[in-house]
Amino acid sequence: MKKFAVVAAMATALLGSASAIAADLEVTHWWTSAGEAAAVAEFARVFEETTGNHWVDSALAGSGSGANPVIISRIIGGDPMGATMMNTGRDAEELIQAGLMRDLTPIVEEMGGLDFYVDQSLLDGCRYDGKIYCFPVNIHSWDWLWLSTAAYEKIGQPVPKDWNEYVASWPALQEAGILPFGLATGWPFSGIPGVLMAGLGGSDLVLAVNRDKSVDAVRGPEFRKVAEALDALRGVLSPDMMVPAFADVGTQLLEGTAAGNIHGDWLQGDLQVAGGVPGEDYECLPALGLGDQLSGGGDSFYFPVLPEGTDQAVLDAQTALAKTLISPEAQLAFNLKKGSMPIRTDIDLSGANACMQKALGMLGNGLLPSGDFSLSSDIQQQLQDLNTEFLDDDGITVDDYVERYASIIESAE
Amino acid sequence: MADTAVPLEAGTETVNRPGLLKRILLHNLPAKIAAVPMMLTVLVVFVGCTIWTIYYSMTNSKLLPTGKFIGFDQYERLFATSRWNVSVTNLIAYGVMSLVFTLVIGFVLAVLIDQKIRFESAFRTVMLYPFALSFIVTGLVWQWIMNPTLGLQGTLRNLGWTNFTFDWIANPRMVLFALLIAGLWHGTGFCMVLMLAGLRGVDEEIWKAARVDGIPTWRTYISIVLPMMRGVLVTAVVIIGSGIVRLYDLVVALTNGGPGISSEVPAKYVFNYMFSGGNIGQGLAGATMMLLTVLIIMIPWAYLEYGGKGKRT
Repeated sequence: MKKFAVVAAMATALLGSASAIAADLEVTHWWTSAGEAAAVAEFARVFEETTGNHWVDSALAGSGSGANPVIISRIIGGDPMGATMMNTGRDAEELIQAGLMRDLTPIVEEMGGLDFYVDQSLLDGCRYDGKIYCFPVNIHSWDWLWLSTAAYEKIGQPVPKDWNEYVASWPALQEAGILPFGLATGWPFSGIPGVLMAGLGGSDLVLAVNRDKSVDAVRGPEFRKVAEALDALRGVLSPDMMVPAFADVGTQLLEGTAAGNIHGDWLQGDLQVAGGVPGEDYECLPALGLGDQLSGGGDSFYFPVLPEGTDQAVLDAQTALAKTLISPEAQLAFNLKKGSMPIRTDIDLSGANACMQKALGMLGNGLLPSGDFSLSSDIQQQLQDLNTEFLDDDGITVDDYVERYASIIESAE
Repeated sequence: MADTAVPLEAGTETVNRPGLLKRILLHNLPAKIAAVPMMLTVLVVFVGCTIWTIYYSMTNSKLLPTGKFIGFDQYERLFATSRWNVSVTNLIAYGVMSLVFTLVIGFVLAVLIDQKIRFESAFRTVMLYPFALSFIVTGLVWQWIMNPTLGLQGTLRNLGWTNFTFDWIANPRMVLFALLIAGLWHGTGFCMVLMLAGLRGVDEEIWKAARVDGIPTWRTYISIVLPMMRGVLVTAVVIIGSGIVRLYDLVVALTNGGPGISSEVPAKYVFNYMFSGGNIGQGLAGATMMLLTVLIIMIPWAYLEYGGKGKRT
């Protein structure tokens, strides 16, 4: 499927090459799973159909943690691509400071502002010194608990309505030989503590820890609940049960060999490609079924400053792509495939599935800032190391975990 | 030659000095010109970059090397980090085991092949083949073999041997041995070939003499042949040793540091903090510590190997 999408994108690129003013624009991103690739092919299709330029697809493997370094090195090293997806946050800020990213403010002025963004806070990560340097193209959120209908049918229980009911069902699941929690090795674990923090600790805790870097909040009772939930979670996880990729967990859910998983909304793209129907084959609980706000961020596209002497046609293609990505047509096509929420709601979303509708309902409550926005990647890496260590080593007690978490937050700038 | 020439002329040095200087500069001029690019590379790339690395490890640089000088703060943090400490312990444990086993197995294999066996070249090829694969491929292959549900354990359990257990890769206490298996599979063949070349370099007359004296074969290998292979042994140790210190890709492909942080190695820590962690200062501090470790081993060895040479001649 992925290959087909890439081939299709290349084929359209070749067809478009007939037009005279067309330019090649290399776009890097790390959308490589089946659902993601199908979604990004929609961007390429709309871009090529409406502007006549070619989208040269450079998909990088290894998700954010693998691809982001490659992208940053290429920009720093003087080999910038035409456009790239990148995590907003401190890393991008340093590149902007160094003058390596194109200022998009003139494009914004030409379009008459960005008021159509459903939540203006999405743009915070793109704003620097009052100028806009990137466009978020979707709202993605980690805060989803995915549950397998098939697994709960096997044990004869109704599908849980929130995290607490889900935890209560673990013993029955284990007795039936079903994995309570499916997990892929590597980065998929890294998002889970944040989801537990938002769902169990609530919005106030997230803001206190991530935004205000409050050490007291980490030592408080609300955060303790989060640590205890992680402790419970590591009790039902074992390294020899982990699957290689997050899409495999999707398969486990559809088969009913695993009952649940916390993963970002992009898992849904894969569930759909595999033929799953929300409400029938799987259930989704945004914010663990407890909260009413999603912590979210945008996948954002940046447009690096191209070297001196670049063909004007390429620069124009850059501008055209910037406009295309946030156009209603591209937004609709992309997000329906991706399973994430669009950045604008002035489009017809009746085609959205049940899960997406739930999320759209929560958008009105505003977004919680995710860790990417407020914590430097250095701090995030340390927290991730701590979480990885905690998950595997039962010798680290909940108290140790809280203390070490607190000392990392304390060292944050 | 040059070494012995200098003291001879020491008595007449005031007269001969300009001529000596000229001779040092002009003697074998083409060779010196040819060596200039390499000398520049060493100075700029090796020495220069090392100094750069050490300097920036003492700054608070984040994504770009632009930070302020902050002394040894990065090192304090480094040694307070459990992941780094686990990495160092892992590397030492892996390093010692890898060095010993590679040398021993390599030598034994070489001796076995040295027995004038049939199909020698076929055996040599088979043994050396893993070395032609990259560590990434090696890691992936062994990851599949050792995966508890899909690999050897799963297969044998499906065949009916239900209590067969081989879950080292998912077991924090055994994961280093899993790494070691893959590492040995990859490296012993090359060590064997080096050793075999050393064995073949030993004069046949020595074997004849040993046989005449009635010395058993194993004793000849250990007490006579092995000491004569000193050069080959040193080469093998240096090659294996440098492979151990930069151990990274095998870990990434095989375990990615897991389960938990139980198979982390220093090079991976350095990479993570320099690139995905966006903290160059911290990464370079780790890199400097790696360099320091290598120097602690290399300097005494180099001193023994080359420093004593003057006295011997």
